This record gives sequence, structure tokens and C-alpha cells, in this order.
Amino acid sequence: MMYDSGKIITGLVIFVIMITFPIWYNVGGAEQLPKVEKPVGKKECVQDTQFMRTSHMALLNNWRDEVVRSGERQYQVVEGVKYEKSLQNGCMNCHTSKAKFCDECHTYAAVKPYCWDCHVQPKEIN
Amino acid sequence: MKILYPFVAVLGLILIAFLGVQVGLAPVFGIVFPYLALLVFIGGFINKVVGWGKSPVPFRIPTTCGQANSLPWIKQNQIDCPSTTAGVVARMFFEVVLFRSLFRNTQASVYDGPKLRYGSSKYLWLFALLFHYSFLVIVVRHMRLFTDPMPFFVPVLEFFDGILQIGAPTLYVADLILVGAVLFLFVRRVLLPAIRYISLPADYFPLFLILGIALTGILMRYYLRVDIIAIKQLTVGLATLSPTITGEIGSIFYIHLFLVCTLLVYFPFSKLMHMGGVFMSPTRNMANNNRMVRHINPWNDPSIKPHSYMAYEDEFREFMAEAGLPLEKELPAKEEAPVADEPTAEKE
Ligand code: HEC
Ligand code: HEC
Ligand code: HEC
Repeated sequence: MMYDSGKIITGLVIFVIMITFPIWYNVGGAEQLPKVEKPVGKKECVQDTQFMRTSHMALLNNWRDEVVRSGERQYQVVEGVKYEKSLQNGCMNCHTSKAKFCDECHTYAAVKPYCWDCHVQPKEIN
Repeated sequence: MKILYPFVAVLGLILIAFLGVQVGLAPVFGIVFPYLALLVFIGGFINKVVGWGKSPVPFRIPTTCGQANSLPWIKQNQIDCPSTTAGVVARMFFEVVLFRSLFRNTQASVYDGPKLRYGSSKYLWLFALLFHYSFLVIVVRHMRLFTDPMPFFVPVLEFFDGILQIGAPTLYVADLILVGAVLFLFVRRVLLPAIRYISLPADYFPLFLILGIALTGILMRYYLRVDIIAIKQLTVGLATLSPTITGEIGSIFYIHLFLVCTLLVYFPFSKLMHMGGVFMSPTRNMANNNRMVRHINPWNDPSIKPHSYMAYEDEFREFMAEAGLPLEKELPAKEEAPVADEPTAEKE
């Protein structure tokens, strides 16, 4: 026999509802995997794809520091191709759409890079 | 030893997850263990609370930290010694949300004289508060990985937590506060001799475990970095009961997850149950209304009927009179004994 069972069971029900939040919250909402639009005509990114997936923000952060603090704007890639260390004139040269590339992933992962407060994003062409 | 064993245990857990994933057990660590851990957590939690609910509380146990309800011209401390349900709710609210009883923590110290002095000590309260709230922020923020689309409060929390805009991925303030607070709680146990004396492996283990979780998380986010998109596919899959592992996920993720699973499994069987226990603690959740309401001890045997004093006196009046005890009702005045019965006495 439980004392105050009304209150205790109410509390436990609230607890279980809170703990299982992700399970019932997702019901009905179809999962939208990000569909990134790959650049046409280009095969390779500035680093291998897996590295870009995990670490592009760190790379950007390094680029920014190197450019703004030491003025090194050239980025050397192993194959000898040179890329400009730049967000607007580098990444966005190949990845021409912020909405169809960067934002696809970022909305999914709930990140909202504040870079675009200052940096200009390419004009979206549909 | 009391510190070393739990530390080694956490290192062992990390090693288990690392080796497990190396030998191809990623689905076990990524899918089976999280579900098991959640089931044990919820089942164990409910079991524990129901067990507490079944324990009789023989009488009200008010820990009075203020003036009880008394005469009308004595001001009652409504929150610290509540006599109404509303007062109890208020006391509980402040306890759960602001750790009011930790705020009252005192530190006894002896100084020249020798004199004993009790000073207020707010550090434990402050760091406990920082620890719990940063933990809460981090847990809620993790919902970005478990829900799709996200509830509105996750981006809001993300924004405020990353408001310093340091580096990329942005530094989360809660990460720093959590690690700082756990370290404080650990150092407190080690440095204060009295606290160290009463600390057990069960006190250090959760600290190391939580520190391990925080550090693997930080390592994963800022240094080793993992493919968040692949991970979110797994975690949303877990939440929608259709988990799949796609893409490359580093072993640091499985280590982090395994430590979290351990925490969930360990939780209901440890001191961490104070999460549910705070709501169940009789000293906090009972109104101090002993003098207004009759409380019946649940241990009382119902077959034992009440025995009033008058009934008692009725039963033992003669013996009491014989022993010269004061009586409420005197023995019925001796009736004049039938003379014929005691002839011998009269003759003497
Ligand atoms: C020379 C053109 C070029 C530049 C410059 C470039 N990328 Fe790429 N990027 C590509 C190509 C092509 C791919 C697709 C590679 C593949 O599919 O294996 C790609 C892939 C990626 C991916 C992985 C997408 C996926 O498939 O999950 C990310 C993230 C990315 N790029 C980010 C960036 C960022 C950030 C920058 C700027 C630092 C940048 N890229 C600069 C061409 C470029
Ligand atoms: C407060 C405004 C501001 C914000 C916010 C900002 N930047 Fe910049 N960024 C600048 C300025 C100004 C420069 C210097 C431009 C130059 O010298 O060419 C720059 C330069 C850079 C460069 C090198 C030059 C180039 O053409 O891109 C990179 C890379 C860069 N920023 C990345 C980022 C990233 C990534 C973020 C978001 C995490 C970000 N920035 C946010 C203002 C900003
Ligand atoms: C493959 C998916 C993907 C693509 C494509 C992608 N990102 Fe990201 N990006 C992420 C994820 C996931 C994070 C969050 C990492 C985390 O929270 O640890 C992120 C984080 C960032 C951050 C750090 C933001 C912060 O506040 O922490 C920056 C800056 C960034 N991305 C820039 C870009 C730019 C610019 C592009 C387009 C050229 C781009 N990303 C394309 C997945 C992607």
C-alpha cells in the first residue's frame, strides 16, 4: 500500500512524460535529412569530405585568424591547387547557395552561425 | 583508495567503450545500451519512489527553521515552518529551485580561546546551484539531437549558451560552468578534512562519471569533432524507435554515450536519487500542523481499540484505591455489609 498515492503517481507520470520527451515529441514529424546541393563541375572540397563534414567550422575559424591576424590569404592544398582563404570568395565560390548547402545542415543540426551578420552571402539564384 | 577506485572505474568504462567499438560492437553501444539504460533508469526510478511511498511516516517530522504557527500575535514563518499546503508548496518550490536548505549551510570553526564559531558558508550552495543549472541547460540543449523539428526553446538556449561567440564551434558557457562546478565539488571533498573523512567511493564515482561525460563531450565538440549529421540520424532514430547507424561516427561519441548510459543505470541505485527524493522527504513535504489535525500513526494496530483514562480507572479503581492513588471517581461508598455475614469480625 502506498501513502499519498494520488500525489506520488501524478509526480511519477509527470516525470516519465518529461524523460520520454523526445519519443513522443517526434511522433508524426517526418525526419527531414539534410539534402545538400553539391557544387556542379567541381569534384573536391578544400579538404577530404569527411574532414569537411566534421571540421569545416574549425577550418573556417583558422582561416579567419590567419587572414585577419597574419594576412595569409593563400590556402595550400596537397594537390597543389590553391584556394583563397575566404568565406565569401572561397567556400561560397563553389558552394554557391547558402540556403541549399550550409543551411540544409545547419537547420537540421540547430546551429545558426552568426557569420552572416557581417559576411555577405551569395545571391540566391533559383 | 576511496578516490582511486571510482577513478579507475570510470577509466575502465571509457576503455570498455573504446575497445567495444574497435571490435565492431558499435550497434550495441549505440543502440542496445541506450535503450536498456533508459528502461533501467525509468523502472528503477519508479520502483524506488514507490518503495518510499510505501514506507509509513509515523508522525509529522517538521524540521522547523522558523517560528511555528502559534498564538495570533506571534508571527509565523510561513515558508520555513508552514502549517498549510500552500506553505508546503512554497517551501518545496524554493527547495527544489533554489536549494534553500543548502543556503543555510554553516561552517563550524574553532579559533583561539578556544572558541567555537559558526559562520555562514555559501560556497556549497553557490556551486551546487551552478552545477545543477548548467547540467540542466546541457541536457535540454541536447534535445537538438533528439528532436526534428526542434522545439522552440532549443535554439533560444543555444543562442544564450553560445552568446560569447568564441571560436567555432562556438564555446558554450554551460560547459565551462559545469566542469568548474564539478571540480569545485571534488576539491571540496578532498581538501576539507571533515568532508574527506565522510566521503565514500559512492560520493566520488558520480563526480568522476559526470566529469568524464563533460570532458568527453567537450573533447568531441571542440577537439576531435564528429559528424553531427550522422550522429543526429542515430539519435533521432533512437527517439523514433527506428535507429540506424550510417556514416562515420568516431569512438569518442560511443565513449560519451556509454558514460551517459552508465549514469542512467547507476542513477536509481545511488545517492543521485535525491532528484526524486527531495519531493519525498518528510521533513520538507509535510505541513507542521500537529496541533491542528489529528494524525494517526499508520503503524497502529487497528485491532487495538482506544482505551480512555476513565475506562482504565474503571478497570483498576479498586487497586488504585488500595495503593492510595488519586481517583477521578471514588470507589462506591462501602455498602453496609450484611451484618449476618461477618459475625466473627464483630465479636473481636
Ligand atoms: C573548389 C570548390 C570548393 C571550395 C572552395 C569549397 N568546397 Fe566544400 N565541397 C566542394 C565539393 C565538390 C564537395 C563535395 C565533395 C564530395 O561529394 O565528396 C564539397 C563538400 C563540402 C562539405 C561536405 C558536404 C557533404 O557531402 O556532407 C562541406 C561541409 C563543405 N564542402 C564545406 C565547405 C566550406 C565550409 C568551404 C570553405 C572553407 C568549402 N566547402 C569550400 C567544393 C568546394
Ligand atoms: C563582426 C562582423 C563579422 C562577423 C560576425 C564575422 N566576420 Fe569574418 N570577417 C569580418 C571582417 C571585417 C573580415 C576581414 C575581411 C578581409 O580582410 O578581407 C573577416 C574575415 C573573415 C575571413 C577571411 C577573409 C574572407 O574573405 O573571408 C574568414 C574566413 C572569416 N571572416 C570567417 C568568419 C566566420 C566563419 C564567421 C562566423 C563564425 C565570421 N567570419 C563572422 C567580419 C566578421
Ligand atoms: C554536412 C552538413 C553541413 C554543411 C553542408 C555545412 N555545415 Fe556548417 N556545421 C555543420 C554542423 C553539424 C555544425 C555544428 C557542429 C557542432 O555543433 O558541433 C556546423 C557548424 C558550423 C559553424 C560553427 C557555428 C557555431 O556557432 O558553432 C560554422 C561557422 C559553419 N558551420 C559554417 C558553414 C558554412 C559557411 C557552410 C557552407 C559553405 C557550412 N557550414 C556547411 C554541418 C554542416
